[in-house]
Amino acid sequence: MRVLVPVKRVLDYNVKPRVKADGTGVDLANVKMSMNPFDEIAVEEAIRLKEKAGVTEIVVVSIGEQKAQETLRTALAMGADRAILIVSEDKVEPLGVAKLLAKIVEEEKPDLVILGKQAIDDDNNQTGQMLAGLLGRGQATFASKVELSPGTVVVTREVDGGAETESLPLPAIITVDLRLNEPRYASLPNIMKAKSKPLAQKTPADYGVDVSPRLTTLKVVEPPKRSAGIKVADVDELVAKLKAMGVAK
Amino acid sequence: MKTLVWVEHDGASVKDATLSTVTAAAKLGEVHLLVAGQGVGAVAEAAAKIAGVGKVHVADDAAYAHALAENVAPLVAKLMETHDAFLVPATTNGKNIAPRVAALLDVMQISDILSVESEDTFTRPIYAGNAIATVQTKDAKKVISVRGTAFEKAATEGGTGTIEAVASTGDAGVSTYVGSEIAKSERPELTSAKIIVSGGRALGSSEQFHAVIDPLADKLGAGVGASRAAVDAGYAPNDYQVGQTGKIVAPEVYVAVGISGAIQHLAGMKDSKTIIAINKDEDAPIFQVADLGLVGDLFKIVPELTEKL
Ligand SMILES: Cc1cc2nc3c(=O)[nH]c(=O)nc-3n(C[C@H](O)[C@H](O)[C@H](O)COP(=O)(O)OP(=O)(O)OC[C@H]3O[C@@H](n4cnc5c(N)ncnc54)[C@H](O)[C@@H]3O)c2cc1C
Ligand SMILES: Nc1ncnc2c1ncn2[C@@H]1O[C@H](COP(=O)(O)O)[C@@H](O)[C@H]1O
Repeated sequence: MRVLVPVKRVLDYNVKPRVKADGTGVDLANVKMSMNPFDEIAVEEAIRLKEKAGVTEIVVVSIGEQKAQETLRTALAMGADRAILIVSEDKVEPLGVAKLLAKIVEEEKPDLVILGKQAIDDDNNQTGQMLAGLLGRGQATFASKVELSPGTVVVTREVDGGAETESLPLPAIITVDLRLNEPRYASLPNIMKAKSKPLAQKTPADYGVDVSPRLTTLKVVEPPKRSAGIKVADVDELVAKLKAMGVAK
Repeated sequence: MKTLVWVEHDGASVKDATLSTVTAAAKLGEVHLLVAGQGVGAVAEAAAKIAGVGKVHVADDAAYAHALAENVAPLVAKLMETHDAFLVPATTNGKNIAPRVAALLDVMQISDILSVESEDTFTRPIYAGNAIATVQTKDAKKVISVRGTAFEKAATEGGTGTIEAVASTGDAGVSTYVGSEIAKSERPELTSAKIIVSGGRALGSSEQFHAVIDPLADKLGAGVGASRAAVDAGYAPNDYQVGQTGKIVAPEVYVAVGISGAIQHLAGMKDSKTIIAINKDEDAPIFQVADLGLVGDLFKIVPELTEKL
């Protein structure tokens, strides 16, 4: 069984995003970039399925600038087997990413595609659902548990109000939520080993996919700032304030 | 422009998130609704009464019983032949369905809109709400998810929508609903609660979370939320999570107890009207957004507060 995991290079989640003064976007020059945290969870899940559920090969793919190679190497160091980089110096929207992934799925015929539920830069939460729609396959989004057996995957999903379980025939698309697993760190020997794992380079044109954007960003601004209020000295003062606000009687 | 709003419901009544979506849709044009489900007559009746609603399309079929995106998306795609925009609330169901529809229509979805600037231009948060982007779409048909806290709720009475049955597009046969565990709670739902008390990692255990947070929430008639750290540690269920990747809330009053105020948490609650923070670390980032802060040990403060209210 083969698993495909798309991984995106994004601003590290610990870095506070700064809006550029000219209003064109968020400043990504000289800041730490990392694998999208949800994609780390997706890679980890694929590795666990390889360790215990009959998966034989994990292919990771990224669409982005040359530097996304680093992200793919990280995934290889965690335990993926080979990587594909589709180079695009311009940003590709989820619809374009999904179309490219659909082409790779045609070529590689994975039994499962495991994606993150959301890339934490644009917060779109779309790509997995779009890919499943393009392929006409089942989609289990926001997974918190994945049970793979021959021909079927049973997925527990985090939904408003609790959890929901679905069963999908393979091949299927899964997007992962935070509680699915805790991703491992790559060990030094594995980081060294990852350097010699295969990494193929392609372009969107190789797949004949038009990835020109449908959305134009007119401007990017900072949200209205909230100013810090006051500190109260003790519970009595807090209660008095709450009463004055009408929150408590 | 003719819009189609996907109605989120529980089989009996229309969920609140739908009402904000109707308000957003009305800014674009005529509002039609889609009620899909099994045995949804009562929901359709209720939907037709929502203020400003024109037609209510009702698809009553077992294939739609659990809102499986694989079955709902083709139905929506069919209806979109005669509509210009499809809108969903940005709930887990809405987020599951809309992008699949967008793919079928070959359009790029606009997620989580905060405002409608014009027919083709919207604002939306990016980077956990640390930036607000104004985006314009070139697509003729629009697929949009709507942030509930950014739009007023449409009135549930006063509408005179006409109900029209639509044919089922059937079961796509690529997914099966197995079951669900939906927690029943007497407390107000997070996304519509007027007051929310949220607990963080500092609560230390599930027992302490309930022993400290619940009585205060009961006293205030509040909903209960949590940080990711508290959910990950098993102190609170996953659907309590407030934040960038959890629920987005904007109550009148948000009480953060033992929560540090990471940007991912702030992303979910910083539009609350009044924020109250209780934290033993006077430099905790949560105090930078709090209107009222109290520095100290929550295990002393919260029981005393509950008692004195
Ligand atoms: C991809 C991704 C998505 C995420 N999404 C979310 C999200 O949606 N929501 C979310 O909340 N987080 C999210 N996070 C996690 C976020 O980065 C923080 O780790 C998390 O919010 C921290 O939770 P916390 O404030 O409860 O814990 P901590 O940061 O550990 O803070 C605990 C606080 O309690 C205080 N404290 C300790 N003991 C006491 C006491 N006795 N009395 C009073 N105060 C005390 C401490 O001073 C501290 O400020 C996400 C992270 C990632 C990487
Ligand atoms: N440029 C990209 N390259 C590889 N994977 C991507 C890319 N963009 C999105 N994805 C995948 O799609 C998921 C959801 O992203 P999004 O729909 O952009 O929120 C991510 O977690 C990745 O798994």
